[in-house]
Amino acid sequence: MDQFILQILNGLDKGSAYALIALGLTLIFGTLGVVNFAHGALFMLGAFVSVTVSNLLSLSHKVVDETRTDFLGNPLQVDVPYIHDILGVTAGNFVMDWSVPIAILFAIPIMVGIGFAMERGLIKHFYKRPHADQILVTFGLAIVIQEIVKYFYGANPIPTPAPDAFVGSFDFGLLLGFNANEIIYPYWRLVYFSFSLLIIGAVFAFLQFTTFGMVVRAGMADRETVGILGIDIDKRFTIMFGIAAAVAGLAGVMYAPINSPNYHMGMDFLVLSFVVVVVGGMGSLPGAVAAGFMLGILESFASMSAVIDLLPGINQIIIYLVAIIILLTRPRGLMGRKGVMEE
Amino acid sequence: MLGLEKKDFRLLLIVIGLTLFAPFLLNPFPEGSELAQFNAGYPDLMQRFVIFGIFAIGFNILFGLTGYLSFGHAAFLGAGSYGAVWIFKLLGMNVLPAIATSVIIAGVFSLIIGYISLRRSGIYFSILTLAFAQMSFALAYSVLTPITGGETGLQLALDDPRIFGASQTATGNIPVPSLFGLEMRSSFEWEVGSWLFTFSTGYYVAAFFMVIAFYLSIRIFRSPFGMMLRAIKSNQTRMSYTGLNSKPYTLAAFVISGMYAGLAGGLMVSMDPLAGAERMQWTASGEVVLMTILGGAGTLIGPVLGAGMIKYFENIFSKINETILHTWFAVLPDGLEDIVVAMVYPFIGKGWHLTLGIMFMLVVIFLPGGLVEGGQKIAGLLRGRKKKTDSAKPNATEPAE
Repeated sequence: MDQFILQILNGLDKGSAYALIALGLTLIFGTLGVVNFAHGALFMLGAFVSVTVSNLLSLSHKVVDETRTDFLGNPLQVDVPYIHDILGVTAGNFVMDWSVPIAILFAIPIMVGIGFAMERGLIKHFYKRPHADQILVTFGLAIVIQEIVKYFYGANPIPTPAPDAFVGSFDFGLLLGFNANEIIYPYWRLVYFSFSLLIIGAVFAFLQFTTFGMVVRAGMADRETVGILGIDIDKRFTIMFGIAAAVAGLAGVMYAPINSPNYHMGMDFLVLSFVVVVVGGMGSLPGAVAAGFMLGILESFASMSAVIDLLPGINQIIIYLVAIIILLTRPRGLMGRKGVMEE
Repeated sequence: MLGLEKKDFRLLLIVIGLTLFAPFLLNPFPEGSELAQFNAGYPDLMQRFVIFGIFAIGFNILFGLTGYLSFGHAAFLGAGSYGAVWIFKLLGMNVLPAIATSVIIAGVFSLIIGYISLRRSGIYFSILTLAFAQMSFALAYSVLTPITGGETGLQLALDDPRIFGASQTATGNIPVPSLFGLEMRSSFEWEVGSWLFTFSTGYYVAAFFMVIAFYLSIRIFRSPFGMMLRAIKSNQTRMSYTGLNSKPYTLAAFVISGMYAGLAGGLMVSMDPLAGAERMQWTASGEVVLMTILGGAGTLIGPVLGAGMIKYFENIFSKINETILHTWFAVLPDGLEDIVVAMVYPFIGKGWHLTLGIMFMLVVIFLPGGLVEGGQKIAGLLRGRKKKTDSAKPNATEPAE
């Protein structure tokens, strides 16, 4: 039983990342009808926003400390972050420690901006082109983004620590009446999971309870009619693209402490996210979220040693296997709508 | 000639000529000169040109004709490689049975995957092939280690049976792949003045297969079967309304292109008897997509050009470093030199992927017919007339709905 709960918990954080990326992919797909292979790159960009913010906050200059000397007897030079000069030592340290959550504030405008630029500059011209062309051009864009990031940040993963307050693990077992140390779960993953629930909730609430969201939903269902009614649906869809980019970016920002960002992390997640979208049903937002969590949890169950002993290698292929079975038995995915992407 | 129209026959002759004289053509700069680093006429790279050319020609039969975008073709190349290494291990070092086996294995493998994946079309097809390829990669990397060698890859060993050959040579080494005693690695060097030309057996064996592969692809493009595939690309719904079942045609195209990939895998192993799982990864599949599109999907010669170009970039362009750039721009005044180098550097050397990505995007956006279409447009401009007359036929890319 404790193993069971532990695996569910382990699946949740990966599942959250899948769900967030798949949600963005589905938003883009459902509104604009574009298959965005560069979505993984947006996730990666988000993670690098977090790296950049943490680097910027720890920018420092050398100050000669007269009271101390180094081993040669010269006055010691100490690195003092600029943030200490601006905010003072205590507040400065606090800000540096909390760089990842602070990066969220920067990531939202940056990612929305990148999303706008992408949609207006490139994707707009591909609405009328075949899906294969859309896949190809966004695939090319993903390569370009990756290489630019690689040029500036190098090829090695860059560790980006979570705030000290969230380092360490939470003993879930005690809460549920198990022995100590049976079910432990890192705090940051818990934060990540709650954060993703928050974002998912916000996106759904936005679509469900605002007039803007209502129009977008109407546009997803029948774009032409909404256009005929005199609503500039293209503009709203562009905004949705920006939001989808921001969702992917935020998923990346918060993922940085879990897995040190490197330039190809986006591609690794992209393949799985596509599988998630297809399993959930192309164009179905609840489907994408449900499939994301489901596959994340399935993956962690398949990694249990008992399962691996029974079916060696199953942990490596479980997601693909599920996708193939679902695609062949339920062609529209778990919650796919009729008429979406059916050539 | 050979059942080809005059124009196609001329193209075939050109390709034969180019592959035959590649050791000269790719070595235009004398040894030791400043530009010698741009020489691509060494066996290893020439072999890659033709082998990836075969891979891309095969991919083009599927994507260029039917419009089905597969993101899992590297799996067939990988499966073919493993098959060939096993033949080397079990039977002997002759390359012909190994290549034949790799083609057959890839064919069977692609028949299974194609049969399942082709139940869906469009993006679903792409994802299914991607999923299958990633699955094969993951399995080859982990569980199937006894067959595939896992992380280290499948290698030849001294104690392999090799029932039709010797387990080891007289000197106690692992024998090398050969064609009836003619070693793949052997080469003949010819020095003319300050030029050094290398003619390698392996290259000519691979080139021979590429010419055959190219010839077959022309025949397929011009056959009624090829017409049928093109019809599927332009409007599959209409095809099924006329009472035609398109599945056998697409499946045949899929299997043929899978066999091409297997041939490429077998040849790769014949040149260097080692097969690793990373050959099956989806980025490897992405590479052949890049090659085909860059050169020109749906054209005959495009994929070969694309493959050559990407491999040239990967091996030659990527070696240029900052010091070389500084020597190039040394004529400029000092400050300007640094600025120019700083501006150029991100795009070449280690950053060649960036150039590739940008070029690929430009091609997809502006030149759906790839570099071949670009070349034809330029040629048309030079001739000073509209390019309608002769470029219309092979390149017309209709939207696949």
